[in-house]
Amino acid sequence: MNIKMKNRLYFKRTWMLYLMMVLPMLFIIVFKYCAYPGLAIAFQDYKVARGITGSEWVGLEIFKKIFTHRDFLPSVRNTLLLNILDLIFSFPMPIILALVLNEIRCKWFKKVTQTLLYLPHFLSWVIIGGLGYQLFSMSTGVVNILIENAGGSPIPFLQDDVWWVITYVLIGVWQSMGWGTIIYLAAITGVNPELYEAARVDGAGRWKQCWHVTLPGIRSAIVTLLIMNLGRVMQGSFERIFALMNAKATEFTTTIPVLVYRWGIEGGKFSEATALGLFQSVIGLILVLAADFVAKRMGEEGLI
Amino acid sequence: MTAVKRSVKGTKKIVGRTKKDYVITACFYIILALVAAICLFPFLHVLSKSISDEAYVIANKVVLFPKGFSLDAYKKVFADSSIMRSLYVSVVVTVAFTAIGMFLTVCASYALTRKELKGRRVMTFLIMVSMYFTAGTIPDYLLMNNLHMLDTWWCLILPLCFSPYNFLIMKNNFSSTIPNSLIEAAVMDGAGHFTILARIVLPLTKPIIATITLFYAVGRWNTYSDALYYIKQRVDLRPLQLKLYYLVVSAQESFQAEGGVTGVLTNPEVLKAACVIFATIPIIIAYPFVQKYFVQGTMVGAVKE
Repeated sequence: MNIKMKNRLYFKRTWMLYLMMVLPMLFIIVFKYCAYPGLAIAFQDYKVARGITGSEWVGLEIFKKIFTHRDFLPSVRNTLLLNILDLIFSFPMPIILALVLNEIRCKWFKKVTQTLLYLPHFLSWVIIGGLGYQLFSMSTGVVNILIENAGGSPIPFLQDDVWWVITYVLIGVWQSMGWGTIIYLAAITGVNPELYEAARVDGAGRWKQCWHVTLPGIRSAIVTLLIMNLGRVMQGSFERIFALMNAKATEFTTTIPVLVYRWGIEGGKFSEATALGLFQSVIGLILVLAADFVAKRMGEEGLI
Repeated sequence: MTAVKRSVKGTKKIVGRTKKDYVITACFYIILALVAAICLFPFLHVLSKSISDEAYVIANKVVLFPKGFSLDAYKKVFADSSIMRSLYVSVVVTVAFTAIGMFLTVCASYALTRKELKGRRVMTFLIMVSMYFTAGTIPDYLLMNNLHMLDTWWCLILPLCFSPYNFLIMKNNFSSTIPNSLIEAAVMDGAGHFTILARIVLPLTKPIIATITLFYAVGRWNTYSDALYYIKQRVDLRPLQLKLYYLVVSAQESFQAEGGVTGVLTNPEVLKAACVIFATIPIIIAYPFVQKYFVQGTMVGAVKE
């Protein structure tokens, strides 16, 4: 009797909480979990007309097929190449900018620069792609017009394979450098001001304070972000590359997500595209878990 | 924060500034001004191009400031019914997406911070799994196909509208800002959880509510890949970003409303510039507001991702 009363009271107090969870869980189950069975077609000779239940199981045949496909290795190479270049050039910029911003005492100047620096982060990749073509086109782009006015010859920023990679990386730096400073600026705020005081008493100038106090203070943020970014080298932004790729420079633009799109959405080869996507997400997941493990081993907080 | 400021003021007193110091400081200002200018330059250029007289653009004379003045390109953009339609689609989808997403996120965040809810660990875990391991483009596409959502409004609104990442930020914020005793007291007084959520929790967490709302809205406004995958036949359901992609980036489509508008434009560059600015303006208008909350949200998210 007592237990029954207790249960009734518990139910009376909590049923609304369960009600609140119904819709969110329904969304997760319908739109996330119900997509997982679709992964099965990576192991099938999938025919749309027959569906997942009616298609023939072929084991690892599809994987054998895609691993030997002539576009496979280039797509892995391109994914790694673009991500690693991105990491090399996009990663240090926010740190440098944050350190410089930290030296600025003039408040309105700081505020205005930060507002301008953050702006590219809020634009869609389509808009950035549109701006890119307006700026870097061979005959009408303003950068080439300026180069020609200065007496140089125009550079095929988006038409030549190697220049395309450079432009892609530079646009990435442009888009992310300002926004990336936020975390470092927050970390700098957390540095104990007494440390600066002590450093000054010891006669440390600006550089030495930066080197011996500020940088060690944000070391943990740098290491965590670096490891997490390393964990993401097999992933890639489809939207970014898709907005910047064109028919003229194709050597380095076919990354794994682009190939998945071409095979699956454009070509209707659903089994191959799913297998390729699965390959990418499994490697990606392993790398992220490994990154998290390393970060935790180094005494950082980790991601998961 | 105040401690930092105080010590900064102290700096000037302790260490007298040398000439070298001033030079370095000046360098920092110059570097930042240059970097900020680089961030702004593309907009200024494209904006100038879009309002310049066409002849100057064709002659490659427009760099930073507009030459001549003409709004013909904008007249054309506004006269193009398919562009206006895509703007309408984007607005409707963004509003619906954000409203539904916020409702789900607030409910889940509140319920899963209540300790009396049994199975909350399992439910949180289920949500987290879906964040770290996504099925992928094609399984998602096939799911949309099975649900008969391809080429409908729903495929742009429903699949992404409950974001595990946003949920996580909000849940962590709820559990750290709302005193448990406050809610328990309200429960003791016989208040239902929906009442508590609306009357106590939401007023206490306005900043995070604003932040996550903007995360949803800006995210939805800018994303175009799902529309690229799912909207094939129904051209009238293309959101603005996808429309812009076809018009400006891949140049697969040409502008409607040739003629009929006063002033004849022959150069697509001016039109493209006007389109890019047209699509950027909504973000620029919301920007001062958005920026503040995004910075806050990123800091909150960085505390524990």
